[in-house]
Amino acid sequence: MALVVLVAALWLGAAIGETSIPFGVVAKTVANRLWDAGYPLEPIDEGIVWSYRLSRAVVAACCGAALALSGVVLQSLLRNPLADPYILGISAGASTGAVSVAILGLGAGIMTLPMGAFFGALIAFALVSLLAVKAGRGTAAIILAGVAGSQLFNALTSFIVTKAATAEQARGIMFWLLGNLSGVRWPDAWLAIPAALAGLLVCLWHARSLDAFTFGAESAASLGISVRRTYLALVGISAMMTAVMVSIVGSIGFVGLVIPHAARMLVGIRHSVLLPVAALIGAVFMILADILSRVLIPGQVLPIGVITALVGAPAFAFVLGQRRGRG
Amino acid sequence: MTLSASNISWSVGAASIVDDVSLEVREGEFLGLIGPNGSGKTSLMALLSGIRKPRSGEVILDGVPIGRMGRREVARHLALVEQQAETADRITARQAVELGRTPYLGPLSPWSANDDAVVEATLENVDMAHLAGRLWHTLSGGERQRLHIGRALAQKPKILLLDEPTNHLDIGHQIGLLDLVRRQGLTVVAALHDLNHAAMFCDRIAVMQAGRLVAVGRPFEVLTAERIRDVFGVEAAIEIDIEGGCHIRFQAQSGRGGRSVSMGDGTGKRFSRS
Ligand SMILES: Nc1ncnc2c1ncn2[C@@H]1O[C@H](COP(=O)(O)OP(=O)(O)O)[C@@H](O)[C@H]1O
Ligand SMILES: [Mg+2]
Repeated sequence: MALVVLVAALWLGAAIGETSIPFGVVAKTVANRLWDAGYPLEPIDEGIVWSYRLSRAVVAACCGAALALSGVVLQSLLRNPLADPYILGISAGASTGAVSVAILGLGAGIMTLPMGAFFGALIAFALVSLLAVKAGRGTAAIILAGVAGSQLFNALTSFIVTKAATAEQARGIMFWLLGNLSGVRWPDAWLAIPAALAGLLVCLWHARSLDAFTFGAESAASLGISVRRTYLALVGISAMMTAVMVSIVGSIGFVGLVIPHAARMLVGIRHSVLLPVAALIGAVFMILADILSRVLIPGQVLPIGVITALVGAPAFAFVLGQRRGRG
Repeated sequence: MTLSASNISWSVGAASIVDDVSLEVREGEFLGLIGPNGSGKTSLMALLSGIRKPRSGEVILDGVPIGRMGRREVARHLALVEQQAETADRITARQAVELGRTPYLGPLSPWSANDDAVVEATLENVDMAHLAGRLWHTLSGGERQRLHIGRALAQKPKILLLDEPTNHLDIGHQIGLLDLVRRQGLTVVAALHDLNHAAMFCDRIAVMQAGRLVAVGRPFEVLTAERIRDVFGVEAAIEIDIEGGCHIRFQAQSGRGGRSVSMGDGTGKRFSRS
């Protein structure tokens, strides 16, 4: 069932665009490429479907799933309904890391872009956690620390870009920073798919541990969870997923924040069900957001981050309202 | 199953919070932990349960230092009910109790019919079966506390650590809850703030003052007028009945008229120890 929904969304993603391509052609293209079916097709159509749209839809799906998973994990671990990689500054840190590698040539040769992003993400999370502890832990403290962290790392990124990048580099990077799937091709997908799958598996492996955090970390410890090991594994995997996605498509907000809440409303709080459902909704949401970003303004492509923010901000307001209602 | 602490200390920065405490919990007893706010009861509980590591000294569970046992292993023998454990999650009463099965579950050992049976029985045991489907935030304080106890009992522990389990409950629910706990026949360590309840339910009482353990013994041995004045700073008259039960009548602070006021709940005499 989940697979059907996902395939349908991918199908839509491949068919809809500036020039619509019939669903049959999409199916035949996939058959040609995967099983050498040998259907006669227009090479241009086949090229658009396979090289541009499908790879793009696949990356969008992985990205949505990864961000939603990170959101679920961070919200559950930190007992904070407003936590997500974007708000906590992890995405911003990953951007800084990626830009440091791409422009400053940090770790020349050994560090790839995603690795730079990963270290950036970890440093950002460590810094934000430290700040949050100093500010007195609570829900608000973490969010404020995240805001401060995001600002700091965004400023660092801008600084690096302005100082070291050529004008052309700078324009490309600024577009990428807003969240952009335009340049995505199959090699990106071969990075995004394993990252999202590994993330899903590690999170599912810890589903029971995440359940045990319902009444907080101390309660989890008394239920037999190794809190520190769980934190390390899950924050690590969230940082990894965020870093890979940021290095491919830039930082995209609100998906990690809103999708987990939608999933919880649908299937409840048990993580063994919640995690896969959140991943699925995230994947489908991102594919649809990407389609919207391509067709909303004819002849123009909106950064996908703009779409997710347009949908996400009202949803965010709704979550805030709900919280108040429950006291 | 025995639990003991030998010379455990815990501090934050320079402030010593639990100071060189040694305590042996006897099998099957109900041990009360009393002391004013901030005297270190919660911290001592955290150390005894192994979720916090002492700066020095050791907690021994069944002959093994608790720090050397796995967390899961510990959680199958010993359950802790914290002083404050709340959630904003939309969790049902039943799901709260189900969490108690965590130490028996893992990615490779999924939920089983046995776990269902334990949860059903536990819900009956804590008298919450009729509310099993209710959401957490719709439940009363007493009901939530019974579920916390239920979650701990679903761990099937031999030892139950309870940190001020009767906080915020009315008198009927306080007595009911302590009675429920005692019915389980487990080894219990409970931090209690009502001295009359401590006297009524505990086999022994341990007194904390500024991080130190200043007395341990039978209620009538520990609850003396001098000690209550010394530790809590209030005047009290102690009555000991024929069965050895002891009742405490607190007196208003001198200078405020000096009238004798019973701050006990007046139920002390009716619930003499059986
Ligand atoms: N994590 C901590 N950091 C700093 N101080 C703490 C911490 N935990 C407890 N304390 C302090 O230790 C003292 C004892 O606290 P606690 O164990 O909660 O006492 P009780 O439960 O008897 O009220 C208090 O003064 C409290 O402020
Ligand atoms: Mg306390």
